[in-house]
Amino acid sequence: MSSLEVTPAEPLSVDAGRALVNDFSLQVATVNGSGSQTANTVLMRAIFQMGIPVSGKNMFPSNIAGLPTWFTIRASKHGYVGRRKEIDFLVAMNAETAREDVMKLEAGAAVVYDEPLKLGELRTDLHFYPVPFDKLVAPVCPDAKLRKLVRNMIYDGVVAQLLGIEMEEVHRALVKQFGKRKAKAAELNWGAAQAGFDYATSAFTKNDRCRVERMNLTAGKIIVDGNAACALGAMFAGVTVVAWYPITPSSTLVETLIGYMRRFRVDPETGKATYAIVQAEDELASIGMALGAGWAGARSMTATSGPGLSLMAEFIGLGYYADVPTVIYDVQRVGPSTGLPTRTQQGDLLSTAFLSHGDTKHPIFFPCSMEECFSMSIQAFDFAERFQTPVFVFTDLDLGMNNWMADAFVYPEKPMNRGKVLTAEDLDRLGGFARYGDVDGDGVGYRTLPGTNHPKAVYFTRGSGHNANAQYTEREDDYIGNMDRLAHKFETMRGEVPEPARELRAGARIGIVAIGSSDYAARESCDQLEAEHGVPVDYLRPRAFPFTTHLAEFIRGHDRVYVVDQNRDGQLLQLMRLELEPDSIARLRSVRYYGGMPIDARTITDEIVKQEAK
Amino acid sequence: MSTPAAPPPPRKTNRIGLDVLSYKGSKTTLCAGCGHNSISERVIECFYELGVEPWHVAKFSGIGCSSKSPAYFLGMAHAFNGVHGRMPALATGALLANSTLLGLGVAGDGDAASIGLGQFMHMVRRNVPLICIIEDNGVYGLTKGQFSATADLGSTQKGGAVNDLPPFDCCALALEWGATFVARSFSGDKKQLQAILKTAISHRGLSVIDVVSPCVTFNDHVGSTKSYAYMKEHDLALNELDYVPAYEDIAVEIAEGEAMDVPLHDGSHLRIRKLGHDFDPTSRLAALAAIEEAETKAEVLTGVLYVNTGKPTFLDLLNLPPEPIATLPESRVRPSRAVLEEVMEELR
Ligand SMILES: Cc1ncc(C[n+]2csc(CCOP(=O)(O)OP(=O)(O)O)c2C)c(N)n1
Ligand code: SF4
Ligand SMILES: [Mg+2]
Repeated sequence: MSSLEVTPAEPLSVDAGRALVNDFSLQVATVNGSGSQTANTVLMRAIFQMGIPVSGKNMFPSNIAGLPTWFTIRASKHGYVGRRKEIDFLVAMNAETAREDVMKLEAGAAVVYDEPLKLGELRTDLHFYPVPFDKLVAPVCPDAKLRKLVRNMIYDGVVAQLLGIEMEEVHRALVKQFGKRKAKAAELNWGAAQAGFDYATSAFTKNDRCRVERMNLTAGKIIVDGNAACALGAMFAGVTVVAWYPITPSSTLVETLIGYMRRFRVDPETGKATYAIVQAEDELASIGMALGAGWAGARSMTATSGPGLSLMAEFIGLGYYADVPTVIYDVQRVGPSTGLPTRTQQGDLLSTAFLSHGDTKHPIFFPCSMEECFSMSIQAFDFAERFQTPVFVFTDLDLGMNNWMADAFVYPEKPMNRGKVLTAEDLDRLGGFARYGDVDGDGVGYRTLPGTNHPKAVYFTRGSGHNANAQYTEREDDYIGNMDRLAHKFETMRGEVPEPARELRAGARIGIVAIGSSDYAARESCDQLEAEHGVPVDYLRPRAFPFTTHLAEFIRGHDRVYVVDQNRDGQLLQLMRLELEPDSIARLRSVRYYGGMPIDARTITDEIVKQEAK
Repeated sequence: MSTPAAPPPPRKTNRIGLDVLSYKGSKTTLCAGCGHNSISERVIECFYELGVEPWHVAKFSGIGCSSKSPAYFLGMAHAFNGVHGRMPALATGALLANSTLLGLGVAGDGDAASIGLGQFMHMVRRNVPLICIIEDNGVYGLTKGQFSATADLGSTQKGGAVNDLPPFDCCALALEWGATFVARSFSGDKKQLQAILKTAISHRGLSVIDVVSPCVTFNDHVGSTKSYAYMKEHDLALNELDYVPAYEDIAVEIAEGEAMDVPLHDGSHLRIRKLGHDFDPTSRLAALAAIEEAETKAEVLTGVLYVNTGKPTFLDLLNLPPEPIATLPESRVRPSRAVLEEVMEELR
């Protein structure tokens, strides 16, 4: 039990005047392994179904059961779905953290808590709603063994009553969550939710500020996590060979993919799979299989996180030098070994851009949303085959494992681009080919696939020492020629990677640059800076490395540009520096957050205000 | 002179009309006398004699003198010379992508028994349909003669250093892990190695072939147990092998108890004739016992140690279609609009 000081504060009057309608953060503090995930998802979905934009973030420990976990739902009529630091409504179910959780709240917040925790004594400037969970659960759940799980659903009912969430929506969300096959469980949980609702109706007088009111901002939208969105993107990209090794936070990407592939990628006529997914023995093997498959003409992929990338480094260099396509998802997290593997970070940027040894550099895509996780996955598979090289898709734990609202994904209109592949007929016509010759001037040679039924189809794939005809060589002119071709290929990519997204405001003299999941906080910060400080700010979000020319233009067009990084050393800024002129570099400022939580708008705004004041 | 020149002798070709040159690779850069070169020769002969279309073969290797050798045979086959020890992963990925390829992997003992031991193990566990030749010289040739993990206890390096660790026996390990075809040979035993290689070409599943292949530069001295001289003394052939290809279809009467006939996946046969030992090559336990026994007598047991033609391959386990999944048309790998709509509805 923590021994926090109890600070005396002004007693509360009713806060009705500052009502937070559809604009608050609600946090549920539980113990992991207690089955609270279902209750939390139902709560989030019910609000979403009332037409209010939401996001759900799960802050969980690297542990299977018994340690604290927090689930935060942000409802925002403005559509802000990034993290907000301040919590307006707390559901305190975990004895271990309850006191500290309560002490951290700002005055005026509300707390639903398990009655025996006696939290009401801690502060006088909060609104407390004690609930006797154990007493309420017994009558609705006769089976004592199930009570631990069902108990959580009671707070859904209590919160619904206090916030004005329609119980029909809670019921609808619950049925959806449990599915048809678990109708009985749904019934049991529904009883618990109702018990919570009824208790709140009779026991409490509402006096806190948080409230929901029906809106119409979520019609047609979906709720999904980034790993599922990437998995769907990969499936619709036509991926055929997947090799992986489990690591949080990337595991569910492939696990979700396995589920979808089993449903939708088994040929109904033959009963045969149109794909192969292999859980490899380690990341050395998963990347090797992905490259072997890419070499043999498959759309191949692997998914991992930072520690896995470290192991893949050598093979990825070979993929670069030998022009072998594959797609590598990196769901970033904090550092190696134990500590914060279940916290988010954008920490793999520098090490991946130049992963492996020698003169290697790699294209990286930076989706920021569920829609982009889907669409940029499809682009990445096209890109890998178009350029015959490993392509990285970077997300992070925040994007990958949290719940995000999104527009329904758009079916790919363009046919798959399988790149420059010569068939037996082509070889008949051409009489042969130079594997690494730059016929088209874009740095990309023509390849053949092993098994092509033609004696002239074959070539020998090897590392750094090969000439245009794929023959072994240690000659310096051959080596330099190949390295220059690869450098030229990288420059061609610069013109074909997804362009940055931009949001420009009249009269802006300063700008913000951010990538990936920093987008939500960055855009909210732009609004804060304008609304609270009268400072218009332009925003540019590169969607890929190599950076396009738009980035340098954007920087030249502003006095100062704040580069947002979710890592200690400003890796995005460092990477930008490598491609910019000194005059542009001088305009760059750094905003960094690296505590392991998703970055929030206030952190960016405060930092920019501080630096601007200098 | 007016005597007309004699017409050139007709070019000798195999059953698909290719001459032996079509099965050669570029000129070897390995040391003269290196065992690896002899293995390359055998590969060339076997693929030529069986009339395999070389462009349906895919060669894979790691890093080492051994791993260079795929450049020196089957020049008309695709090849991927990968990174040290990671041949199995490359081969696995490629064969999943295109199950119609005839995969041939070459590894050194450094690749297979040290840096890539994990991959070797898991390839065996998966029964990836690949011919895996371990060119076993007990040393790291390419890095100039350090001991490998297959070097025998007490054997010496050229400079005199004594190996104080016991060896891994790649055949015994493969047997433990469930390999479906396990054989050992010696690069100097032409007939035996040919029969084993041909059997491996016909075997459906992983073939682990450990070939003792002397390194003339770093491990062919007195004190080495992987030298030509040592093998001449200690090579003990378990059985006499006769490979009968499917297209030859000669029905030979085999007297009861004299030889064993193993029908292979493609219709060919392996005839195994016992030599001395009463040994059953379909028993894993018998194979392990024989290896163990030979070890105590300082014999190097060669021949077919184990064959099992009934185990499903990794491709079977993954329920793959007969055609390469790599090149399935878009209509078969990109689900329809209706599927996307169905999933979206579930997420609403
Ligand atoms: C990751 C890595 N570590 C070390 C090396 C250096 N290296 C090259 S070949 C080799 C050993 C080769 O021995 P073996 O596999 O037995 O092949 P051989 O040359 O004896 O045929 C080593 C250690 C390397 N290429 N890559
Ligand atoms: S060093 Fe040894 S293994 Fe390498 S080529 Fe020479 S003889 Fe062969
Ligand atoms: Mg060796």
